[in-house]
Amino acid sequence: MMGDNEEILQQAADWRALGKGVALATVVSTWGSSPRPVGAKLALEQEGAFIGSVSGGCVEGAVIEEGLKAIADGKPRLLSFGVSNDRAWEVGLACGGKIQVFVERVE
Amino acid sequence: MKLGFLQKALAASREGRPAVLATNLTNGLQTFIEATETAGDLTLDAAALQAIRKAVTEDRNATIETADGPVFIEVFNPRLRCVIVGAVHIAQPLARMAALTGYLVTVVDPRTAFASDARFPDVVLSTDWPDEAMEKLKPNRRTAVVTLTHDPKLDDPALSVALRSDAFYIGALGSKKTHAARCKRLQALGFNEEELARIHGPVGLDIGAISPAEIAIAIMAQITQVLRAEPQSDREAA
Repeated sequence: MMGDNEEILQQAADWRALGKGVALATVVSTWGSSPRPVGAKLALEQEGAFIGSVSGGCVEGAVIEEGLKAIADGKPRLLSFGVSNDRAWEVGLACGGKIQVFVERVE
Repeated sequence: MKLGFLQKALAASREGRPAVLATNLTNGLQTFIEATETAGDLTLDAAALQAIRKAVTEDRNATIETADGPVFIEVFNPRLRCVIVGAVHIAQPLARMAALTGYLVTVVDPRTAFASDARFPDVVLSTDWPDEAMEKLKPNRRTAVVTLTHDPKLDDPALSVALRSDAFYIGALGSKKTHAARCKRLQALGFNEEELARIHGPVGLDIGAISPAEIAIAIMAQITQVLRAEPQSDREAA
């Protein structure tokens, strides 16, 4: 499972070493056709720079928004995305799948 | 995630040790597990520990239900490795593609005119004899081995070590005729048909590749197919 995630975790560690607030988002479950498998990661820092992905680009915007909130308040978040989601029109998955993404601050 | 766990996961992955991070998705409590060492504030019962062992064996992340809510089990397995024997023209694009795909790459060739830093910038090179190099590299179930020298003196010793290992992929460059002759030589060394069937030869998917870069694509595609074919279909069925 490691490989592309190593680069992402290393970037997260490097950002922390620079004293930046950092959050990690991880795909923890998928249903139907989802573009990234369970374990896929995205790391972001307080200014909104990010590396990695949790979908084909469909929900990254919303995940980054929640990541910035997690950096601010330190609370972990479990996000669900899919066509049946209330926010489907804005951030639904075009593929028709569903995913859950766990977002946490790097302490 | 605690920064310490993140660093432990990176270190474990680099040093080839499997590790696991268990996260309660409701409250964010986490425990990091590596060999017999456990650190963190998430308490894991016997059922959770069993699920963790299963996840490591199958190299698959999983979410399990516990009394305190869902727990995500993330497996940090050792990095995939690709050993390329023969610092030939095809090895140049293949080494770069394999690195891009996430593999730790080593190119083996005792011929220093071939295995030079000028020809392979940023690639780990070994100029040991292929069998010695392979004995040191110890291919495991996270390793792909590709022989490209076309020279039995170099390819055969490397293949002999690869066949005695758990390498998940073994490929050898050469036509059907060359491969048949190679199998005969390896049979004489004591390998049976079933063992020799592990070698992909001619190497790579049949996509009509002609140039070295195209042949490298065919090889990388086949390695990926062997690595992912089964889990991929499982994932789609789930």
